[in-house]
Amino acid sequence: MEKQKKVYFDYAATTPLDAEVLRKMMPYLKDKYGNPSSLHKFGREASAAIDEAREKVAKFLGCKPTEIIFTGSASESDNLAIRGLIKALKRKKRTGQTLHIITSSVEHKAVLETCKDLEKEEVRVTYLPVGPDGLINIDDLEAEITPETDLVSIMYANNEMGAVQPIKKIAKLIAKSNKFEEHLTYFHTDAVQAANWLGCNVNELGVDLLTLSAHKIYGPKGIGVLYAKERTPIYSLITGGDQEWNLRAGTENVAGIVGMGEAIDQIKNQKSMPTGRQAKIKSIEKLKDKMAADVLIKVPGSKLNGPDNPEDKLPNIVDFSFEGVEGEALVLSLDQEGIATSTGSACTSQALTPSHVLMAMGLSDLEAHSSLRVSLGKYTTEQEVNYFLKVLPEVVKKLRRISGR
Amino acid sequence: MYNKKVMEHFSHPRFFGKIENPDVIGTAGNPRCGDLLTLYLKIDKKSNKIKDIKFETLGCAAAIAASDMICELALGKTLKQAIKINFQDVSNELGALPPLKIHCAQLVTEALRDAINNYPLKALPTGRQAEK
Repeated sequence: MEKQKKVYFDYAATTPLDAEVLRKMMPYLKDKYGNPSSLHKFGREASAAIDEAREKVAKFLGCKPTEIIFTGSASESDNLAIRGLIKALKRKKRTGQTLHIITSSVEHKAVLETCKDLEKEEVRVTYLPVGPDGLINIDDLEAEITPETDLVSIMYANNEMGAVQPIKKIAKLIAKSNKFEEHLTYFHTDAVQAANWLGCNVNELGVDLLTLSAHKIYGPKGIGVLYAKERTPIYSLITGGDQEWNLRAGTENVAGIVGMGEAIDQIKNQKSMPTGRQAKIKSIEKLKDKMAADVLIKVPGSKLNGPDNPEDKLPNIVDFSFEGVEGEALVLSLDQEGIATSTGSACTSQALTPSHVLMAMGLSDLEAHSSLRVSLGKYTTEQEVNYFLKVLPEVVKKLRRISGR
Repeated sequence: MYNKKVMEHFSHPRFFGKIENPDVIGTAGNPRCGDLLTLYLKIDKKSNKIKDIKFETLGCAAAIAASDMICELALGKTLKQAIKINFQDVSNELGALPPLKIHCAQLVTEALRDAINNYPLKALPTGRQAEK
């Protein structure tokens, strides 16, 4: 058996930097080093590059360039969306009035922990449950939303098991609730995992705030985007300079922003090709489905976590649980065979508790503990999937011999 | 995250498996943290020495490596000696576990002590109970 050394199945954690993206970034890491705030040619060159990237992102989202804020990460964007909005609303709220956020129990920690933190500051937070499929129930939202609700923050697609939340339905519900009221409920979505695969036109989605990350779409690390619809009240969390419409002080990461623009342009360009983009997505989905189906056959005691309906899940993420195997041991064993994956097992978390996402879906401790997330991307090949299918059953068998289960 | 020695014991454990008709069994762990382990011991009736020991562990790499190590440390020791093995011994022998994984070393010592405490008194030669 020839040994493949490097098989990357962790695209949901991060994606490799696209060669063309890097090429576009290079001048801004070398010769074009001006500070975009400077008046001279060096500065103007840099600020023009940012303008161009901003336009590309705006085009992708179907919004105005002035509605785009570049940040240092998607986590920062989530924080700016939620804390920034709450900060603005707090400054104009009546005394004694509590603010209300509705979110879901399967959000990324950047949203969840931010909401938990705000609970300490007199913000009421409702955490919507999810079903065994990882999806929120729109009726639950309808039951919890009031005319006084200030913010709904629900992720577009989940990073662990790929569930795609009904964003448009949520937006409609919020619009209905906003219709006759002076008080507005704002809608934020973390679209980090969705950007590669799903439509992100903010008008079609009906969101006021939307988060993106560059390094999940073959761009560089250290760059996030927040779309904030005109007239959405948000205040800056980082003060000190008037960059990014006064919403994010600090000299811009010019090369990173250029990289974000190029990465997003690639998604957009592929989308406009009649067959290219969709065909590519379909081919990745096919590989993922093959992998999922074959694993269930080849590994007894295995099951899939996440939605059953293909339309409710991302085409590239599959999450398994294997009886009698612990996730960290599984990830490390696969790593020794050159395969990079991820797990929701407690053993990899600082808190030593299993993934909050899998627990929210009602998995038992042991099921969550035995989870394996495999995420595919644009460089995934059928050979890689076959190699995984060859290695995995052996690795599971070995670990089961050790666990005696 | 893990050093070579931990990875070696995790990848190629020597003591995993079950002993048919063990003299005593020890268990530790809980499903919440996800580590569940069982130790099987064969004990020489005359000398009270552990003459065979095996483990079955559902757990992370550190838990598997620590299970293997406690078996290595306990094998050939009398029950009296074995009960003194503590988690630092296990961790040190593995060349130090990461701080977050120290509980794995505690878990395996718990299982060994559980086994020793489960060892039926009648199996001990008269007058040797104190030495257990």
